[in-house]
Amino acid sequence: MSGGIRTSKVEELRVVHRDVARRDAAEKIAGTTRFAGDFALPRMLHARLVRAQAPSATIVRRDASHALEVPGVVSVLFGEDVPNNTVWVDVPGQTIEVAALKASMEVLATRRVRFHGEPIALVVAETEDALAEACEAIEVELDDLPGVFDPEDALREGAPTVHDDGNLLAEWNIDRGDVDRALDEADVVVEGEYITQFVDHAYLEPEAGVAWHDDQGVLNVRVATQVVEHYRDIARILGVPESRVRVIAPYVGGGFGGKEDMTVEPYVALAAARTGRPVRMQWTRAESLLARAKRHPMRMRYRTAARRDGTILSQDVDITSDSGAYAYLSALVLLYAAVHACGPYDVEHVRLRSRCVYTNNPPTSAMRGFGGMQVVFAYESQVDQVARELGLDATEVRRRNALARGDVLPVGQPIETEVLLSDALEAVVDRAGARPSPRGPRRALGRGIAANLQSYGRLVWLNDSAAAWVGFELDGSLTVRCGVPDIGGGQASSLAQIAAEVLGVDVERVTVHVGDSALTPLAGTTTATRQLLMSGNAVHEASCLLRDRILDAVAEETAQLVESLSMADGSVVGPENTVPVPDAIVVCRRRSVPVEALGTFFGPKGRPVVRELRADRVFPDFTFGAHLADVEVDLDTGQVEILRYIACHDVGRAINPGSVAGQISGGAVQGIGMALLEEVVLQDGVNMTGGFFQYLIPSATDVPDVETVILESGEGMGPFGARGIGEPPVGPPAAAIANAIADAVGARPNELPITPERVLACIERGAAGDVGP
Amino acid sequence: MSDVVDVMLTVNGRRISRSAGAHLTLLRWLRDVAGVTDPKYGCGEGVCGACTVLLDGRPVSSCIVLAAQADGGEVMTASGLANADGSFNALQEAFHVHHAAQCGFCTPGMLMCATALLGAAEPPTRAAIREALHGNLCRCTGYGPIVDAIEAARDAREATAEPASGERR
Repeated sequence: MSGGIRTSKVEELRVVHRDVARRDAAEKIAGTTRFAGDFALPRMLHARLVRAQAPSATIVRRDASHALEVPGVVSVLFGEDVPNNTVWVDVPGQTIEVAALKASMEVLATRRVRFHGEPIALVVAETEDALAEACEAIEVELDDLPGVFDPEDALREGAPTVHDDGNLLAEWNIDRGDVDRALDEADVVVEGEYITQFVDHAYLEPEAGVAWHDDQGVLNVRVATQVVEHYRDIARILGVPESRVRVIAPYVGGGFGGKEDMTVEPYVALAAARTGRPVRMQWTRAESLLARAKRHPMRMRYRTAARRDGTILSQDVDITSDSGAYAYLSALVLLYAAVHACGPYDVEHVRLRSRCVYTNNPPTSAMRGFGGMQVVFAYESQVDQVARELGLDATEVRRRNALARGDVLPVGQPIETEVLLSDALEAVVDRAGARPSPRGPRRALGRGIAANLQSYGRLVWLNDSAAAWVGFELDGSLTVRCGVPDIGGGQASSLAQIAAEVLGVDVERVTVHVGDSALTPLAGTTTATRQLLMSGNAVHEASCLLRDRILDAVAEETAQLVESLSMADGSVVGPENTVPVPDAIVVCRRRSVPVEALGTFFGPKGRPVVRELRADRVFPDFTFGAHLADVEVDLDTGQVEILRYIACHDVGRAINPGSVAGQISGGAVQGIGMALLEEVVLQDGVNMTGGFFQYLIPSATDVPDVETVILESGEGMGPFGARGIGEPPVGPPAAAIANAIADAVGARPNELPITPERVLACIERGAAGDVGP
Repeated sequence: MSDVVDVMLTVNGRRISRSAGAHLTLLRWLRDVAGVTDPKYGCGEGVCGACTVLLDGRPVSSCIVLAAQADGGEVMTASGLANADGSFNALQEAFHVHHAAQCGFCTPGMLMCATALLGAAEPPTRAAIREALHGNLCRCTGYGPIVDAIEAARDAREATAEPASGERR
């Protein structure tokens, strides 16, 4: 349900800013899209992993002899059979080397198991049935070791160590101003502890891929991934030159960060290399829930000091994050949490201590929001509590403290673009109108608001870049090549709109080739809300370059001033005459002018940070927004029903308003799922969540229509002033809902998911007059 | 596991007869044996609805039906929805216009669930549409655009009094 667009700057746009029905969606609706697991080749084999059934153990014995006797089994690989048995998981998809963290793990574990589900053996067979039988016949003997399953336990003296160099993986600190003095001078100090859970990406498409050798012996891996640049990591594991591996990303059935790190890639590659035949691997839902890295649980302690008028003086923040058994992207996720920890507010005095810690829980890594979203639950609960303590309107408190252009984030980065936070707050409040009344006795209503900021684009010292190729065909249709994986957000479609806009072509005449490390220019990862910023700008740049070449050639040919020419409706349009693109191509050819262009966009740069965070730039820029939830709480059962949900973000410029609304609505519902339903349950490191019966993502009846309001400041760093919108909407829901529950029952939940049991505890505390967490 | 059975199904109007393991689900039979890959594996336990097909006109989770149980039946999947000339039917058109498909993995199942719903005698209310979709999970859209699309298809059908494609055959 769209609440429309409010735009502050209008420019002449023909294709961009229009609600284009997406080409990729047409194929998906026709049922013809071949997702990774839909793809098959003649003589294809099937592969599956045998995984550890204990969270912390020594591997005593591995025996494949019985498995190899199963008819149809082709091969079994252990770690010793892997040329380089190490996955480097530092920063996927970089176009350059970055300083190595210590994030590595074995492709197949040989001596030590650190989490339940760690891969130990790779089995390859002619059929899925033979595969299943053979996997059962693999013998793995484990000798249990003491494990550690809580990050605070893991930091205690004498705790079992997950890795030899200790359980502390990384720390980030921020110090600005004088927090102790602010606490002394404050009129009110609010303290709270906020706890988030293990969350699974739970995309509908489980991990899958097919590997085969092509006619020149290059290993092709067609896989559900957000990162085609993993061809380098695959090559390193196989011990072959990077140029001998190609990764193709077909349309991906959902990513959300879960297909940022490698999943099936090393295994299908190894199996194909070993057998010389095409190999497919598809994870079951249970395997996906067991094996792949999760969202980081965080324990966040906040102490917020404010003046009587609602001005926030200081934030005193302590964050502990569970990295699970392997580092993956944990250090960077924590860095995002630290930088975003004070929210979209100007806070003068800040003391932040944060750490991420190894445990024998499942590894944790990238997921939509990437550390910048867990902290929203904490800081927006705190702001609400400050308002309550002071008897002020929470929206007014947010407005009073809102960041504005020129303000400097606690880490030291100034905000360079206009911030429409107050507008977003006003938009959701206006749209919500009067508060609803309870629909029956023993029901309480509450309204909650939460605002956030979320970076878009990668950490600036990664020297991020994206390249794109744009060229006219002889008939005037347009081809775009760009290595972006399209994971369902309309990535390819938006690029078509951008090229069509610049080059005056009907968007139906534009074809975009994406996601092929061999044939499309590398564009980096579809992560970090970076593709519109990076690939969008690359396509924009290539298109402008191509346009200028053609206009120059036609201007000379027709003796018109180049300034008087433009490209529209498939032609070069001038005051004297109009030249259709096919004729303009002939002109260019005759004059040795290329009718294609390569554009490379480089993101903003900055220096790497150290533990004591102080940087004038960490991210390119931020997206701001505000959400509002009206909830009804059943006072007898603790059941929470969301009656209305309104979400507003300033997206700078909506390239495709339908895609933007889809990101906001889908992101909000993912956030609602985290708020109320979802949790990967572990018992001493053993993953108890084996399917969608246990892992509950929101269904159509669990959520209301998300009413979206799109603001357009025109201030973003992307093409046409766009900001990124992939991650930002997942941040506010938990806080908005918690604030609404606090409003309804008089006490606030501080731990996710907010189950009926936890709501009942709030109702009891509220009745007893105990407000805070 | 090694028992083999002959299964004959009419899939999107095409008769397909194959011998395959008796333990195969309808989903695996369609995907791995018959090469019909638009119904998706999402959970394997009948929760997510990505594998929804119409079996003799009724929506089923094909991952929890054995192919042998469906023997002789008529199966319709999303790739069989288009009009005879290959153009989208009204429901597909509405899905396209309303941005009801993002990653698209749930889409074939969603379309079949909606086809069954719109084939029923009573045009569904918005709440009834949500109710009918509760067994079809989507992780991308937040559902609103899908409900919008089904409403639009319902209204288009009401306006032209054209039977939904699920009934036509």
